This record gives sequence, structure tokens and C-alpha cells, in this order.
Amino acid sequence: MFKSIMGGAVALCALSATAGAAEVNVYTSREADLIKPVLEAFTKATGTKVNTVFVRDGLEERVKAEGANSPADLIILVDVARLVKAAEMGITQPVDSAALKSAVPEALRDAKDNWFATTLRSRVVYASKERVKQDAITYDDLADPKWKGRVCIRSGQHPYNQSLIAGFIAKNGEAKAEAWLKGLKANLAKKPSGGDRDVAKDILAGVCDLGLGNTYYVGLMLNGTDEAQKQWGQAVKVLDSSFAGGGTHVNISGAAVAKSAPNKAEALKLLEFMVGETAQNMLADLNYEYPVRPGIAANATTKLFGPIKADVTPLGAVAAKRDAASVLVDKVDFDR
Amino acid sequence: MIPARFPPGAIATATARRSRTVVALRAAAVFGVMLIGAPLLSLLWIAVTGDLTPVRHIFSVVLPAAVADTALLLAGVGVVTVLLGVGSAWLVTAFRFPGRSLLSVALVLPLAVPTYIIAYVYVEILEPLGPVQGAIRALFGFRSRADYWFPEIRSMPGAILLLGCVLYPYVYLPVRALFSVQCASLIEAGRTLGASPASVFRRIALPLARPAVALGLSLALLETLNDIGATDHLGVRTLTVAVYTTWLNRGSLPGASVLALVLLTAVTLLILIEMRSRGARSFALSAKKPRPQEPVALEGPKALLAALACALPPIAGFLVPAVFLATEAARRGTRIDPGLPGQIGATLTFALTATVLIVIIGASIAAAVRILRHPAALWSARIAGLGYALPGTVVAVALLAPIAAIDNLLADLQNAITGGRAGLLLTGTGLAVVIAYAVRFSGIAVGGVENGFARLSPHVDDAARTLGHGPGKLLRDIHWPLLRPALASSALLVFVDAMKELPATLLLRPLNVETLATAVYAHAGRGVFEDGALASLLIVAAGLAPVVLLMRASGETTAELSADAAARNEAEPTPARS
Repeated sequence: MFKSIMGGAVALCALSATAGAAEVNVYTSREADLIKPVLEAFTKATGTKVNTVFVRDGLEERVKAEGANSPADLIILVDVARLVKAAEMGITQPVDSAALKSAVPEALRDAKDNWFATTLRSRVVYASKERVKQDAITYDDLADPKWKGRVCIRSGQHPYNQSLIAGFIAKNGEAKAEAWLKGLKANLAKKPSGGDRDVAKDILAGVCDLGLGNTYYVGLMLNGTDEAQKQWGQAVKVLDSSFAGGGTHVNISGAAVAKSAPNKAEALKLLEFMVGETAQNMLADLNYEYPVRPGIAANATTKLFGPIKADVTPLGAVAAKRDAASVLVDKVDFDR
Repeated sequence: MIPARFPPGAIATATARRSRTVVALRAAAVFGVMLIGAPLLSLLWIAVTGDLTPVRHIFSVVLPAAVADTALLLAGVGVVTVLLGVGSAWLVTAFRFPGRSLLSVALVLPLAVPTYIIAYVYVEILEPLGPVQGAIRALFGFRSRADYWFPEIRSMPGAILLLGCVLYPYVYLPVRALFSVQCASLIEAGRTLGASPASVFRRIALPLARPAVALGLSLALLETLNDIGATDHLGVRTLTVAVYTTWLNRGSLPGASVLALVLLTAVTLLILIEMRSRGARSFALSAKKPRPQEPVALEGPKALLAALACALPPIAGFLVPAVFLATEAARRGTRIDPGLPGQIGATLTFALTATVLIVIIGASIAAAVRILRHPAALWSARIAGLGYALPGTVVAVALLAPIAAIDNLLADLQNAITGGRAGLLLTGTGLAVVIAYAVRFSGIAVGGVENGFARLSPHVDDAARTLGHGPGKLLRDIHWPLLRPALASSALLVFVDAMKELPATLLLRPLNVETLATAVYAHAGRGVFEDGALASLLIVAAGLAPVVLLMRASGETTAELSADAAARNEAEPTPARS
């Protein structure tokens, strides 16, 4: 056993010592299974082996602690706030790539070229097909007392909700956001818990009529192998959701080349591959997110949710309000 | 930590060989302190040097609510574990009823179920679309969840009941041992003098059991305190969850460190309680050969009630989750996760390596306490136990800096020699994970071996010395053969804990490596917990190993053996969950 560990050590040292051996090390906060097919396609296309480690929490701290000798080449993170923070922590490096710039619209990448979005997701209101007549709603409206006892949501401290609340703050200021959040809390059918799929499940079960969730979960539920989840997905419709006088709240998942990437060339190649046509089509079908690359069609299921009409507030401005959003959630005792 | 001068008693007749042993033991003690001290200092460093602006908000808004919820959860779990643990221990020792001997073993089984697994399982079973509410709807013809009332499992009461269901054996074990052995003569005296069973329980058994209750309770509460998987899943915002939120959502590692230090204070208090109760209990260990209590036969409905009361906790805490997981695993029989063999391999490699390392550390520190007979050695043993009490996530984050520092030192050294670019030895090979396990679980081995030593009279040591044995020979020829059972049981408990460990494994494992626990976590994170049913079942099965040993011990039915088991259990500040 020790032999195998030491063998691994030797192999690893050998591997990283010869940076040209066509490997690339990916640290991802996104479950490895979700991006695995894309990484496999990359290996198939280029012959470069991809090593992954999925670390949901603490990924950035680990890269930072590992420092100059970190084996991390490409860092894949969900949520723009984490990408911004990673760049601030100094664990990423800017890359100059015409391919990236043409594939990723300016609004969806770092102004200093540290990170690039690979997919886009929108946070919307799920509604019971049976019990809710309307097909459009504003987030602001969720605080209207007419929905009292009819709304479900996951923890307000979850990054997806944090991001939405930060978007609300960026748009309307903290005072209005607080009033809105209080109103939303007053309308909840149950204490915030579970995940976005649980919201659909609760709508099917009649616990609530409306709930907040990311669009792609509906796609995952409808097209998954689990019969029960299909029923959850079928019970809800995705409302055309937006801020009052604005667009739909969107967030991204994206990637950045690590500051001390031992295989920088491969990391860049993989990043370019991820926003290339093949991978963008794959990502659109794999997780029902919206592709970032112009001209790539969304998956057929995703299309059912309607075309994305993203809010115009810059992602960076939303990310800047994240701490305020987290404080606000505590302040109104949202999760209790 | 260790004084430069040898304590007088330890080296009365120093020989070269003996002082080598003494030096080695002192080194072990220092190493143990450093091992646990590193992450603690790292935490302190992060808290002191970081930007503490968010801390004011944390103290005014987050902390009061988190402390209140934590206190409520601890109080609730405390009540449930004591009720179930003491009640069932009293029933199986004081009375005879159908199924008693089977139940007295079955009552230990929930110990094998990690808290996060029981939480996942019951949420699946009790949610609106789960089997229970489905049956209610079908039975009464309700169409929607809104048509009827049903308790919400994702709540404080839910968390209290679920945690109580799997943690009560910590109380049950030492208390049963005490009831069955320690106070037999007093209880019988009470009965002879005409006290009713209820008054024997209230006026004799309960007061006598207090130290054992305190001991089991402190273990159960430590587990509650460092739990993150179950409480988070059940929507209870404890201090540990607040540490998480502060770090991840507020991006404030310093703030999280401050909270972790607050948490550590609470933990230290619990440990002090545990240490005091252990001290108070020492009279029991030195008692004369114990004699089992003669149980009173119950008949009719009373016997049935007793059997039912003892059957419910293991059904809720073990049978239901085990059957649920087995059913789910069987349903998915055809699509087994292709990564499973690799996950089992990684789990075993990490856990076995860590077990070897930890037992060596634990045995050395315990031997240092025994041989050096110096307060500093004793302190090093207590400090080694602290790592166990810290929440796994906190240990993992705190370990990042020291481990990375060593890693970079080694890598830079290699770079200087080879001129190339070296990989990271510790994180790259998984040794970082093993070190994290050592930090978390060394206390178990220290406690286990210390307890083993406690059974060997110090007169043995004195006699050996009189006969000219040095400490080395004493350890090798006399202690080692006598300590083997204690070493084996410590190794087993460490191994099971290491197999279940989640947070440190998640943060520190190398590229392309998954363990059973991280696989279960990934499945749960995707909202498809049932896909990880087989991996969960394997974790539960591994946790059964020490329980099976307990069963075999009770198979021989001497009360002394069950006392053994309980005493072993009590020696380690054990919480077996991550």
C-alpha cells in the first residue's frame, strides 16, 4: 500500500517534471460527472490526458496554499462571484487568446482576461402547471402578499439565491432589497431547505405553487433516468421571469488558467476547447444550460424555457454585492 | 512542552537502551502535540492576521442565532440520547423479557450509521412524495400536500430526533455496563429492602449512572457539534454551519476562523466535562471483580412494552436506513457506478495507512504517559485528543496552510536539485489526507491505549523495574503482549472513522481520486442521493465491524465483557462520524 503511494509520488513527480507530457490538471468546483464528457472529448481530439479533482468548497484556498508548486492548470468554477474572487486572490492568470475573445461575449468574461464564462444559466420562477395561470412574473412580484404561503425556495445563503439577491441589490439598492426579501420570506410555504429540484418536487406535492430554481434543473429532471424526477419536472412550468423593468437574472460557470499552471499551453487549449463549437453543443445538451458562444443553439428542452433575456447589470457589479446579499439574508432571518 | 530534565521516577537506573526509549517516547509526545498544534495555530493565525471587518456583523447577527440554535440542538439531542440510552440500558439489565439478549446487542447497531446518511435517508422517506406521505395520501384519498398535516422532517425537531436515533448508543453502552456490573449489590440491597422497581431506578441506579451518562452524553454532543452533513441537509443553522457560511458565502476565512475558535471553546468545555466524569468514574474501574445484576422477569403486557421500547431505537436508527439503502441499491443493481472499485480501493488505502500511523502515534503517546509519568506527557495526550473534537471541515481548512508549507518546502528542495518542476508530495499522493486523519483521530488511539494501560496495575511496572527491566524491555516484553487487545480495538475504531471521513478527504485528496464518502457526497449534491446507496451501504457495513465485535463479546454473555466494551468505548472520545 505504501509502495503504491510512493509509486504514485514518483509518478506524479515525474509527470509534473516533464511538463510536455500532454496532461492537464483540472480543479473543479463543478461535479466532475457533469463535465466529464467534454473532458473526454478533449482527450480524444488532442491526445492530452485530463486529471480532475472535484472540490466544492475550499478549492480556491487549496490552490492558493499550494502556491507556486500547485499542479492546478485549469480552475473551473460555478458562479461569477467565485471567479471574480479567484482572480482577486491572485490564483489565476490572464491569457491572451483571440479564440476566447471571439467565442465569449465581452459581458461574459473578465475585463482583464483572467476568467471566461463557458455556460450561462438563468434563475427563474417555477410554477405549478395546474394551479398557476400566468406565464410571466417579476422577481419583485414574489414579495406580493397574494402569494402568501405559496412560495418555496432553497437556503437564502446558497450561491444561486445569493446571486439573485445581489442582482436585486445592484438594481434597486439595499433598502428596497431588504423590504423585498422580507416580503418574500413572509410568503414562504416552508423554511428554506433542500435544492432546486426539491422546489419542483414540493410544487408537485402541493406544498407550494411557486418556487425559485435554475432553468437547467427542469431539463435534467425531464430528461433524466429517474421516473419520479420526470414527474417533478412535468409538474412545473418555467415562467418568463425578470426584474421589474429589467431582464432575467443570469449567472455563469466559467474557467480560468491557474497562476502557476505547470501545463499552461494545455490549459489554454482546454479552455478554448470548452468554448468551441463541439464542447458548447455538448454542454448545452449535457446540462441544459445556455451556450455562451454566439450561434450555438440551445438544447431542445432548454428552448422550451424561451430565449434568454438576460438582465443588463454587468456580472461584476452583481458579484460586488454578494457580501451585502449574504449579510441581508442573515439580517432578515431568511433561513430560519 | 516536555521538560528538559527527566522526571526522577522514570530513570532511576538509566541505561543507554532505556534512555533511547525515553527519548523516543518524549519525541512521540512532542510530535503528537505538533501534529494537533499545527492546525490550531494555523486557525489562530488566520483569525489574527486576516481582515476582520465582517466579524462585527458575525458577532452581532450570525453568532447569537447560531449559538441559540446550537444550544437548542445540543439540549434536544442530549435529552433524546439520555432517554433512549439510559432507558433501554435499564430495561435490558434490570428486567428479563422476550428478545432481551438480542435487543441488548441490536441497541448498539445505530452506531454504524453516520449522521449524514441517516439525514439523507429519512428526508427521502418522509418528504411529501416519499413512501410514508404517499401511503397517507393513497389511504385517505388526499390529492395534495396542502390537504393534510404532516410534520416537517427538515426542522429542528427532525434534526434532534434523527441525531438522537443514531447517537444514543454512546450513552447506552457505558450506562448498560454500569447497570449490569457496577451497582448490582446496591440495587439488590434496595430490592431486598422493599423498594419498588421505579424507585430503585430513580433513587439508586440513576444517581450511580451519572458519571457514565455524562461520559456518553459528552461524546454524543461532540458529534452533534461537529456535524455538518446532517444539520445542513435538515436546514438547522448551527455554529458549524455558520462557520461554513461565513467562509464560503461571505468569503471570510478569518471570520470563519473566529467562529471556529468560539466553537472550539464549547468543545473544550465538553471535553472538560468528559474528563471530569472519567476521573469520577475511576473508582469503578478499580472495583473488585464485578458481579452481574440479577434481572427481574417481566410478564404479559409489561414484557411486551419493554421489548417494544428496546426494539424501536434500533429499528429507527439502523433497520429502517439499512433496509432503505439496500432496496435502493438493489433497484440500481444493473447500473453500478463504474468508479466504485476505485473508490473502495482509495478508501481502504487511505484508511489503512492512516490506521497504522495513528495507532503508532497513539500507542507512543500513551506509552509516554505511562513510562515518563510526567504531567507534560499527560498534557500531550489531552492535546492530541483535541483534534478529534474539532469539526472536520475546520481541521481540513486549517491544515491547508501547514501541509502546503511542507509540500512547497519539499518541492522547492527537489526543484533546486533537479532544476525541474516537482509535484506536491503530500497533497499529490494522498499523504495529506492521511495526515488529516491522524490529526482528527489520534485522540481515539491515545484514549484506547491509555485505557488498556489503565487495566495493567502500575505494580507490574515497578516489579519489572526492580528486576532490572528498562522501559524498552518493559514495553516490549510485558506491556506489548497485554496491550494487544486494546491496540486492536483502537485500530478498528480508527479505521471505521477514517473510512467515513468526508470533509478533509474532500478538500485534500489528490487528482482523480474518490473515496466512498466523497462519492456519496457528490451524488447527494446532484440531488440523486439514491444513486450513492451502494456506497452508503458499504460505509454502514464497515461501521458494523466494531459492532459485530461487541456482539461476539456479548455472545459470551458475561457482563464483564460488555463492561469491557463499554469501558473501551468510553476511553476514546470517539465520535465515529464525520
